[in-house]
Amino acid sequence: MASDPSASRTEARGSAYSRLSITQKRTLWAWGFLAVPIVFYVVIRFYPTGNAMVLSLQEWNLLGDRTWAGLDNYRTLFADPVFWQVFRNTFVYLLLGTPISLVISFIIAYHLDKVRFMHGTIRALYFVPFMTSAVAMAWVWRWFYQDVPIGLFNNWLATFGIAQIDFLDSTTNALPSILAPAIWAGLGFQVIIFMAGLRAIPRTFYEAAEIDGVSTWTVLWEITLPLLRPTIVFIVVLSSIGFLRIFDHVFNMTSANPGGPLNSTKPLVLMIYQTAFSSFDMGYAAAQTVVLFTILLIVSLIQLRLLRDR
Amino acid sequence: MNRPFRTALAALATSAAALTSASAQEVTIEYWQYFFEARVDAMEILIENFEAANPNINVEMTHFPYADYRTRTAVAVPAGEGPDSVQLFYGWLNDYIEAGLIQPLPTDTFSPAMVEAEFFPMVRAMERDGAYYALPTAVRSLALFYNQRLLDAAGVEVPTTLEELVAAAAATTERDGAGNITQVGLTTGMTAQDHHWFREVLIRQFGGEPYLDDYQTVNYDTDAGRAALGFYLGLEEAGVSQSGFMDEPQAAFRGNRAAFHIDGSFRIGALNDSRGLEWGVTELPAGADGTQSNYSSYWVNAITSSAEGPEYEASVLFMEYLTSPEAMQIWLDVVGELPARQSVGMTEENANDDVFGPFIRGLAYAQTTKFADESAQRQVLVDMIERVQLQDMDPGESLRMAAEAEQAILDGYYNN
Repeated sequence: MASDPSASRTEARGSAYSRLSITQKRTLWAWGFLAVPIVFYVVIRFYPTGNAMVLSLQEWNLLGDRTWAGLDNYRTLFADPVFWQVFRNTFVYLLLGTPISLVISFIIAYHLDKVRFMHGTIRALYFVPFMTSAVAMAWVWRWFYQDVPIGLFNNWLATFGIAQIDFLDSTTNALPSILAPAIWAGLGFQVIIFMAGLRAIPRTFYEAAEIDGVSTWTVLWEITLPLLRPTIVFIVVLSSIGFLRIFDHVFNMTSANPGGPLNSTKPLVLMIYQTAFSSFDMGYAAAQTVVLFTILLIVSLIQLRLLRDR
Repeated sequence: MNRPFRTALAALATSAAALTSASAQEVTIEYWQYFFEARVDAMEILIENFEAANPNINVEMTHFPYADYRTRTAVAVPAGEGPDSVQLFYGWLNDYIEAGLIQPLPTDTFSPAMVEAEFFPMVRAMERDGAYYALPTAVRSLALFYNQRLLDAAGVEVPTTLEELVAAAAATTERDGAGNITQVGLTTGMTAQDHHWFREVLIRQFGGEPYLDDYQTVNYDTDAGRAALGFYLGLEEAGVSQSGFMDEPQAAFRGNRAAFHIDGSFRIGALNDSRGLEWGVTELPAGADGTQSNYSSYWVNAITSSAEGPEYEASVLFMEYLTSPEAMQIWLDVVGELPARQSVGMTEENANDDVFGPFIRGLAYAQTTKFADESAQRQVLVDMIERVQLQDMDPGESLRMAAEAEQAILDGYYNN
């Protein structure tokens, strides 16, 4: 009997597992399950990220061999006036987009919270743009913005005898024109999150304030907004990352001249896309990606620190 | 006394037959192209014909959406996962040759002398060091589309020179009470085909030569270049055009809102599908001194480096069929793209065809730009126009900046 080696090994392994304490077994199982997402993230996220960082120091056109270029790609990037223009654009999207969408969505949520009449329908209407495909929406807005005879807005203006406005064909108007539908598209989601946040504030605070005869304004400043802090942090971080990565609205509204006119609407992601998939300069595109990654990291860390609960 | 010799000959013949039958084993080769319904249909007919003539060869076609095609081939071919025979845009060829991903075509079947004698001249861009690396089945060129109804309404004739074009465009432009253009005479837009028209046609018609040194040196920051730019900008200043009108030039033309429109032969299919549009097409207008020019682009077929032994031989046979007059006529009939061989293009029937004729006649004097990065080089010209129109820059200054920017792209490409 004892001469069967496989049986004794099974016995040994079984006893090794049974000798573990409950806590150790739990830990073992937890790691067993966690291993699946960890492996997934390592293969799908971390390995390509590391690879992109290495690639940013190389030259590669997809077809030939990768050759080392040192910091050349970064040097070219920081000396490129287009990069600095794109860098500025990206921050304009962020600095206009995040506060505007935050304020509008809060105002909508704050008032919608008090509305009882057709509450569900109105909320759904605000949410519809968020569910619509960004590509379809961008193209509809692109046509809204055209000149006479097909542009909706300019046709209105022309009916009243007002001069046409160059919405997209202008270096100053194009960026706000693209940002507007992008803000509108994200509004529904932010409204829903704000309303959930408002509902989570205990009624007792408001009742106490009412008994004390505090003004509505003070209630808003002293109770509602401070207690909404976690919600605001969440929305600010999420929408900042969204605006820093804006791509689909810009690309679809300017697809004939991506990021134009004269790069005035081009965000960093679009520049990366063009460098990689139309110029096939993969190393240079990777360097831009590393810069974007760094920006996203810094912005998120700053926001988390500023808005952290004290 | 001849018997031993005869026996030897017979033996040789038998073994030769055995050899042939050995090589007659089934071979499967893979062919890639991008998805465009008519192209896939035409290729299916060609493959069927080819397989009927070569029963031992199977051709498997794989196609991808156009948007992914370049990336997919660029990833698959170097990895050795790609096809034996592949369709590539002519502008990508440099990179593929440099990386050793495609093989030169055998010079006995595709001798440079034969290609130069029988194909339209711009195909010569595919030759390197005495061998052709790829050949097209079909080519494309530009022509001037016109809207017959709008021409009749304004009572103008089809123009043949630039001067006549401007006059006809002025007669067909319409405006509303506030002066907003509601119908353009001529569509313009550097983002569409105009950058080819400007580079290869207008600059030459104003006496220039857009590039030197085999397209490695920009040469349009000259008097001819400034004159060509002046003409192009003048179209909008004279009020016969508006860039970005109805978003896209072809949309304005299809919507009966443009009298003239310069576009490629690939647009024919879409125009045929536009109901209520009565259109015609003519050769690009000639310059003041009668100079005619055109731009031609094409997709080529090439054999990749992964095709070896029997696959290579089968691929050569397949290439031979794809570039045969028969294949070109089928491609013209099914896809509407122009034959790459003069003997097929210049037949009485094809060269005088109402629709294909102007394009085919244009091939005789067409140029093919050797792009290092077509979209980046197009962007240079788009920006050149926008600096003038949106920022009031002096046209000469803007042209100089464009020439410098494009030279930088070319230098970056060729000096690497």
